[in-house]
Amino acid sequence: MPNTRIRVPKTAKAGDAVEIRAIIQHPMENGFRLDSQGTAIPVEIITDFTCTYDGGEVFSVKLEPGLSANPYFSFYLKATKSGPVDFRWVDQDGTITTATEQLDVT
Amino acid sequence: MNRALVAILACAGIVATFAAVFASDQVPTQKPISGYDFMTTEVQQLQDDDFANPGLLWVEEGQTIWDDTKVASGKSCASCHGDAATAMRGVATRYPAYSAEADHVINLEQQINQCRRERQGESDFPYESEPLLSITALVSAQSKGLPQSVAIVGPAAESFERGKAFFYQRRGQLNLSCANCHEQHAGDHLRGESISQGQVNGFPIYRALWQTMGSTHRMFAWCNEAVRAEPYPAGSQEYVDLELFERWRGQVLKIETPAVRR
Repeated sequence: MPNTRIRVPKTAKAGDAVEIRAIIQHPMENGFRLDSQGTAIPVEIITDFTCTYDGGEVFSVKLEPGLSANPYFSFYLKATKSGPVDFRWVDQDGTITTATEQLDVT
Repeated sequence: MNRALVAILACAGIVATFAAVFASDQVPTQKPISGYDFMTTEVQQLQDDDFANPGLLWVEEGQTIWDDTKVASGKSCASCHGDAATAMRGVATRYPAYSAEADHVINLEQQINQCRRERQGESDFPYESEPLLSITALVSAQSKGLPQSVAIVGPAAESFERGKAFFYQRRGQLNLSCANCHEQHAGDHLRGESISQGQVNGFPIYRALWQTMGSTHRMFAWCNEAVRAEPYPAGSQEYVDLELFERWRGQVLKIETPAVRR
């Protein structure tokens, strides 16, 4: 499973916009490059990234081959109630990588 | 051997050591400047960000390897060394260093592999492989903020001289030495790129061009190719010697691993 790093604040006040950050270690091989022997390196990318907060989708991206390696996303989330923030990456073969962090709203 | 003679010999040994230290009148030819200072603000910010710096992915991966007990001897790095944060603090500042076991100067990657062979009963991580880069990044990152201080006297002296000669030797179709660019033209521009001093205090680095981590030797090979010279293999003694000279040349610079470069 690819290595991931996520950052969600432990606690937040209700109504606050909190910064969510997520990064995954992935080559994001675009399929247009050749190796030293001149043979094409096959495309190998992550196709989807979604973030859900307490079960509801809050952020979703469709990734394309032009993206650089180790895609990093940062966005703001309005804290309403305590719940898990789930991250889900899907690569082209359908392999799913997940990570989760609890956000407590006071 | 009587006690007085031992004391005299010990004193002589100490004097000889001091003499060797002071006999080394070598001084870098210029004030070292880290590669960081040649980067754009965006790259510097990425390096300074303790979350977004992509090199930290390798450092984390290194921590997994550090704690991994699934090796032939059943002993992880942590089994002997304990917590990497305390045990490995300052270690990277001393490498490359002379190894009595190998009887030549070895760099940090080779020291890790030596440990892996002899104490874990495993085969070497191949040079430039993901696990070797990760564990090297982890070990080096523990010395972040400490100045490089390699020993260039005693058994390391020969290696240092070879490394120095390498640095000043013109090579390749373009007939350029390392010094031609990184000493005589550091701070100037090569078309859109600024020329750094070629300091290695941030290695292993996350390089945007490679979209991944790379060791000093990958960088040396890249540079050699850039002047149309045949690169040496990663892990070769030529590159270890050069690395020793490079670390000495930037001796006051603080370790920045994992650094981000273009």
